[in-house]
Amino acid sequence: MLKTEGLRFKYDGGETELAFPDLRMQKGEELLLLGASGTGKTTMLHLVAGMRTPSRGMVELAGSAFSTLPTAERDQTRGRHMGIVFQTAHFVRSLTVGENLALARSLAGCSPDEAAIKTVLGELGLAHKWNAPVDALSVGEQQRVSIARAVVHGPGLILADEPTSALDDANTDAVLSLLRKQAERTGAALLIVTHDQRLKDRMSQHVALNPIA
Amino acid sequence: MKAARLARRNVLHRPLETGLSVLLLAFGVGIISLMLLMQRSLTEDLDRNIKDIDLVLGAKGSPLQLILANVYHVDVPTGNIPLADAKKVMRHPYIEEAIPLAYGDNYELFRIVGTEASYPAHYDAEVAQGRMFEAPFEVVLGEEVAAATGLGLGDTFYSAHGLTDGTDVHRDKAYTVVGTFKRTGAVIDQLILTPIASVWGVHEDIEDADQEITAVLLKKKNPLAILTLPNLLRDTPMQVALPAIEMNRLTQQFGIGLQTLRAVALLIMGLSFISVFIALYASLRDRRYELALLRTMGAPPRRLFALVLLEGLWMTAAGICAGLLLSRLGVVALGQVLADRFHYDVTQLAPVSGEFVLVGAALLVGVLAAAIPARSALRIDISNTLGQGR
Repeated sequence: MLKTEGLRFKYDGGETELAFPDLRMQKGEELLLLGASGTGKTTMLHLVAGMRTPSRGMVELAGSAFSTLPTAERDQTRGRHMGIVFQTAHFVRSLTVGENLALARSLAGCSPDEAAIKTVLGELGLAHKWNAPVDALSVGEQQRVSIARAVVHGPGLILADEPTSALDDANTDAVLSLLRKQAERTGAALLIVTHDQRLKDRMSQHVALNPIA
Repeated sequence: MKAARLARRNVLHRPLETGLSVLLLAFGVGIISLMLLMQRSLTEDLDRNIKDIDLVLGAKGSPLQLILANVYHVDVPTGNIPLADAKKVMRHPYIEEAIPLAYGDNYELFRIVGTEASYPAHYDAEVAQGRMFEAPFEVVLGEEVAAATGLGLGDTFYSAHGLTDGTDVHRDKAYTVVGTFKRTGAVIDQLILTPIASVWGVHEDIEDADQEITAVLLKKKNPLAILTLPNLLRDTPMQVALPAIEMNRLTQQFGIGLQTLRAVALLIMGLSFISVFIALYASLRDRRYELALLRTMGAPPRRLFALVLLEGLWMTAAGICAGLLLSRLGVVALGQVLADRFHYDVTQLAPVSGEFVLVGAALLVGVLAAAIPARSALRIDISNTLGQGR
């Protein structure tokens, strides 16, 4: 599903070029990308997601070159094949919870299947929030809706950026469980980047991130 | 979800900013549209009533007053002229048609005009009920008079002296309704027509009356009439005025005020477009995460550009619709005032061709005002915007 090779990245005006480990993930696999603050975890996630363009190396998604696609095509490919859970939840504030999820399906080229959306919300304990404005959600609910939005269109790859760093142990387990369950349900690969060492014991595959300057 | 629906939801999510932009645009569009509608109504009314009247003969005084009083019946006449003197002009070889008018009384503020059958014929007025007047004190009612007064065939009434109040009633001579006209859209609709002898007979015996009339509407046979007649009347108490020239002079005087009003309306419209620009620009600054998020969800930059343009288009379209509605409400309100005061109906609500240009121009400028903030959506850096890039 995902393959990265020789990824390098240099910030605009920066002198050092960061080098990242090669990744290979099949559908249904999970991988933890672990690194301390400032090691470029989010940068790597954004490179994988095509939100940044690598200075060298490549990202391959579902067997096709991804990082070299033109911007618009990269955006559309990302929308179809990936679901991203950001560290901070962001939504389209003029829409309800249900409409935000329907929008994610629409942008991914899926039909606005209300039943599918309600199933996902139900599994995350949010069925009653279908018509709620996103501004009215608690922080915990926002995080769960973020997860719902990342999986509602059945992507092949789910990316999660620091999904547990602000949570206690119980909630960390709960969020991890939700992500795994949704990845299992859709058969997606799950890539989590975090500095949260607690996840190291909870996930079998992990890669330490120590970019070589 | 369709982009248009998302744009509409985004616009409605900011009711204050949207409301201000829409309100400003509505006022700008509304004022210009109102001016176009009123201009259309007044021009059509003026043209319809002038209808082939080249000259108006009457007592010396303001030529404009002579026209307003005798063609449009919205002013008091300049005085009376002897019928015998008027006939000299009416029979002039340069004159093709002459329609005498004599009036000075009213019924419920509708003017009772003594004339000949050629007057309604000039306006193609057809009798709807009854027949044309034949004998003194028989009247035929204009369509608006019949509707407003409720008078019908066979009804009788007394006239009141003067044109502006109904207190001094001539109780010795009653008029009888013998007919009503179909609607013409011209001044006839608001007049009560009777033979000229009735007007003379109200004040004294018809046989003894000084045979005076108020004015004569003239159609020229020869263009030289316009040059010849004023000279002919130089040493008489009479004058001829040219409706086309007097009304042109009047509309030019109106024109200065209209131009000022139009400039104010354009200024308001300009402000409204700045308001649309600021509303979108500020909104995009607040919503940069949303836009970056949409990109991560699969919306390419051009789609975000289109989304912001659509938001501008929604605001502009709402302002235009509200403006057109406001102008119609204005026409109805002004129409009521003019109808009460002058019995003129200017309540035409159908679109004027100039409004299509107005709507097209407003939409174009609205889209342009949205295009500048929309361009920033094209350039958004999703990694940096989502904030955790470094």
